[in-house]
Formats: sequence, structure tokens, C-alpha cells
Amino acid sequence: MRLSLGPPQYFWPRQFTLDWYAQALNWPLDIVYLGESVCSRRRELRLADWLALGDAFAARGVEVVLSSLALIEAGSELAQLKRLVENDRFRIEANDISAVQLCRERALGFVGGPTLNVYNLESLRMLRDDGLERLAIGIELGREWLLELRAVAQAAGLALPEFEAIAWGRLPLAWSARCFTARALGLGKDDCGFRCVEHPDGLPLATREGQPFLRINGIQVQTEEVCDLAPHVEELRAAGVDVLRLYPQAQGMPEVLARFRAALAGDAIPVLGHGLGYWHAGGGAQAI
Amino acid sequence: MRLVCPAGSPPAFRAALDAGADAIYLGFRDETNARAFPGLNFGEQDLAAAVHLAHAHGREVYLALNTYPTPARIAQWRTAVDRAAALGVDAIIAADPAVLEHAANAHPELARHLSVQGSATTPVALRWYRERFGIARAVLPRVLSVQQVEQVCAAQVVPIEVFAFGSLCIMVEGRCQLSSHVTGASPNRHGVCSPARAVRWEEHPDGSRSVRLSGVLIDQFAPQEPAGYPTICKGRYRVGENLFHALEAPTSLNTLELLPRLAAAGVVALKIEGRQRGAAYVGAVARVWRAAIDALARDPTGFAAREDWQQALSAHAEGRQTTLGAYQRGWQ
Repeated sequence: MRLSLGPPQYFWPRQFTLDWYAQALNWPLDIVYLGESVCSRRRELRLADWLALGDAFAARGVEVVLSSLALIEAGSELAQLKRLVENDRFRIEANDISAVQLCRERALGFVGGPTLNVYNLESLRMLRDDGLERLAIGIELGREWLLELRAVAQAAGLALPEFEAIAWGRLPLAWSARCFTARALGLGKDDCGFRCVEHPDGLPLATREGQPFLRINGIQVQTEEVCDLAPHVEELRAAGVDVLRLYPQAQGMPEVLARFRAALAGDAIPVLGHGLGYWHAGGGAQAI
Repeated sequence: MRLVCPAGSPPAFRAALDAGADAIYLGFRDETNARAFPGLNFGEQDLAAAVHLAHAHGREVYLALNTYPTPARIAQWRTAVDRAAALGVDAIIAADPAVLEHAANAHPELARHLSVQGSATTPVALRWYRERFGIARAVLPRVLSVQQVEQVCAAQVVPIEVFAFGSLCIMVEGRCQLSSHVTGASPNRHGVCSPARAVRWEEHPDGSRSVRLSGVLIDQFAPQEPAGYPTICKGRYRVGENLFHALEAPTSLNTLELLPRLAAAGVVALKIEGRQRGAAYVGAVARVWRAAIDALARDPTGFAAREDWQQALSAHAEGRQTTLGAYQRGWQ
């Protein structure tokens, strides 16, 4: 199994981002996803910056994928997506059917992101025809789903693409036209002042009785718990997961990577007490 | 513009018909549709009767098959498509590629509408669904501003239907796992958001009430304070020092004042949300929109949203409040 660094979820200042990725060049990574996938207003780094970072990773033998926006609303965002798809250097991660269609029209291979809503073999076959080479499985799908899919694929005699599972990070739960960070600060989205930059790991939201519940990240809502599948890598391998996705966090990322490398090497890994996401449950991370 | 109204039961269907709906959408009594609530929806006989009645009045029936089947459950959704075709409905509303593909192959004469659960927000995404499945119409997610709706319509990829009124999903439809995260039941897989079995109300000695979803406190209400159904996106939470409706307050979408603009943009159908609501809601809301659409057709330049229409709609709105939602930039 290979380790990937997922696309950055949060908005970090330009220099912080560049320094963070300069360190990441030395981490034991197989794949890196670069680019903005949450909010088109976040422009500390432009496409040229991401491409330059991509070149640096590629020079070190790391596979580079450019992630695209999960929610595309404006014509300008669609134009930006076209530029990304036509970058001529790296594959893209399609996080919306718009990106799939642009790749299909240009006969370009792509990685399917976790927001594509692939729930069954037929959907996967169609996306394979369109150029899908790897699928990051949707967040509410886990081990049982993957095994079910494999059984159905085998019966149908259909080859499957590579699979990637989110193994570390807060799970993205929802996207909106509304910016919840701006709302929490009493601002409109168009005048947000890019204040999400002040919350490098998102803005915590708790229930009225103080139970930590969700993370607000601009137009995205995430789980509060950090999903941690490190203690379960053997199970992931057995289910046919090819790539483990680790989502970037501002601090402590080298330790996260070292922990997953140790797990892959067969070391027993202590459970950190974080959420297991959907890998076992098949849903209801909070269900009591 | 066609008026597309919801029906979760035969009485609601009759109310929509009597109030002047051009088309009525409904679902089977199972997880193949996104309002899979106990006691709601249509059995085979009820549905056959509804189709007969609608056609006798020159109206249409759309069947929602807008959930996403997992690999082993695909046969149930295919059968649902076949049943819809056999019952003679005028269109299916679907999101999952496997469901749309089966419909296109097995029943090419049955119109296919892309559900809002398909999350298609751009002309490019719509092109994929048109080229793949020959969709005849698409319902846009409630995330676009009115200018963006106009741009999607102007691209003329497929005829466009938009939400006009009803409870407001504030997240991109088809990509919201809030209910899934807390209750294990998701709109995509199970056709439900905040299932009733996960809801627990508590009355306190002082007359206040609190409501939990799978144990998570969604909100508390003072004595006499109106309390709505606990969807996660409409709860009150703490962010920093503030306690407020951090995502959205209980409110309904109401686009009555945008009607001329949506018509000018070329929107072909207006959708009323609310298959979980009763006949009184459906009848009252449909009547207002029928009157408004007819008034606009009679006098396109002199249209104004009448105050009594707005009051009638507010009376049926969640929390008795309405909003233009994402259609208006300020909401975003």
C-alpha cells in the first residue's frame, strides 16, 4: 500500500503553505494531491505555484495529482477548472462531474475524488470508460461496501481501478454555497476578509452542552474527530485498498506519516482514540 | 413554466391536482426515494390510481428514484424503474448513474430528469448527464445565485427546473453526510435525513424542551418557544463565545419575488418541496404558486408578488420564516 498526502483542506497563509510543502518534500510519501478543492476565493497560491510545487515533488519521484473544486458555481470557477485540466503536466483529481466531463472530452486519465458519489459497480464502469484510473472512495463507504463491490465485480468479470481510502484527518461531511466561517464572524461571503486563514485547523463547533461536534472550514463542514485507520492497515490491505490518504494538518504531520509507515511495516500501532470514520461502521460515526 | 408539486400520500396528491399543479412528484414506499419516511409514499395501487387521475386531467406524474443503490441492492432500483415504466408515469427523477443508465437502455421512451441529488451545478456537468443518459430536464441544487441560474439556463444544455418553495437544504444536495455522520442514515443511501427513530425530545420541569439526534443535542427551546424538527443544519451551537444557528435557522425557501426573473431566464419548471408535508400544505402552497404563475403569464411586466400570497406561504414555512437562500448573494 502507498501513502498519499491529500489536498489541503484548510486555508493557510502563502509563506506557511510554501514552508510546509518544502518540508513535505522530505517526507516518505508516494503521492501528493495539490491545489484548492474547498473554496475558490482562497488564492494564496495560484495554479503556477501549485505546478511549481508539483515539479519539485515529481523530481523526487512522488506522484503528483492536482485536486479540483468540489463545488463549482461561477463561470470563472469553471474556467479555472479548464486551466487545471489542461495543465499538461499532472493528472487531476475530479471532485465534481464537471471535471470528469472535461477529462472525458479531452481523453485524459484522472483520479476520482471522494465527492463523486460512486455507490455501485455500474457507476464505476462508466467513470472508468471516461478515464478514471483511481477512486478515492466516498466518506460514508467503508470495508463492507468495498468487499461487496469486489464480489459483484468478480461475478461480472469487470476489472476494478485502484482504490484510495481516507485514513487520517477530519472527514469532509458537507459543502454549501454559504461560508460558515464568515457567518460565525458576522461577515458576508463576498466580504469575508479571508478570515478562515486565522483557523489553520478549522473552527470548532460544539453543542449547547459543550460536546465538541463539528469543524467549520469555510463552505465545508467536517467531523470534529480525526479519522485514524493506522491500527487497521492490514484490514485495509486485505479489502484491496491501494492507497491510504492522509489529510494535511498544520502541525505534527511528520509524526502522522511516521506512524503510518510503521503500521505498514507491520508494527503494532496504538489507537489514538480518534474516530474510525466509516471503515467499520458503514455509517453513523456518532451513532449510539 | 410548469408547477411541480410534491405528494407523500393520495390526499396530498388530490390537493395538488385540485390546486392546479402541472406535475406531481412522488415515490415508492421504500428506500428508492429521498423521502423514505414511515407512513409516507405510494403503493402500487395508489400509484396507478394517481397516474390515471392525473392523466385524466391532463397533468403529469414524476416518480422520484433519487437515492444511490450500493452494489448488492442495484436490482431493487432497476425493478423500481421497470415498475415506474409499467405504471405509465411521465418521468423518473434520478441521480445515480446506474439507475439512469438502466432507464435509458430499458425504457428509452420514459423521460429522465436529473434529480437535485445529482449535485450538477454547471453546464459541463449537465453535458455529462445528457450525453450519457439523454436526460430531458435537470433540477439544480440550491447553491446557485440567481445570476448563476441564469447562466446555466443560457447555456441551454438541458431544460432547467429549480426549487421555488419549501424547507431549505443549505448544503449541496447529494453531498451532505451530516445526518449520516450522526445517525448512520443518509439521504443518499437510505433516503432520509434525521430519521424519526433517532430523534428524542425531552420535557424539563420548567417547561423547556431539548431535542437530541442519536444522543447529540441539536437544540433547546424555552417554554412557549416554537420548536422545529431537528435537522443538524438548523440546530443551535456554540462557536467561540457565541451560541446561535451556526449553519442556518429554521426557515423555508421562498422565491416568489424572483418569479419574473426565473421565467425570463428560461426556467421550465418550478419545484415545491415537501413530500413529507400533508394535504393542507400542498394545497395551500400550490394554489399560491398557480395564481402567481398565471398572473405572470397574463401580465409579464406588471407582475408583483401579492402580500396575501406571501402571508399564505409564510404560514406554511419552517419556523414561519422565509429566505431567498443562495439565490441572493447576501445569504451566502
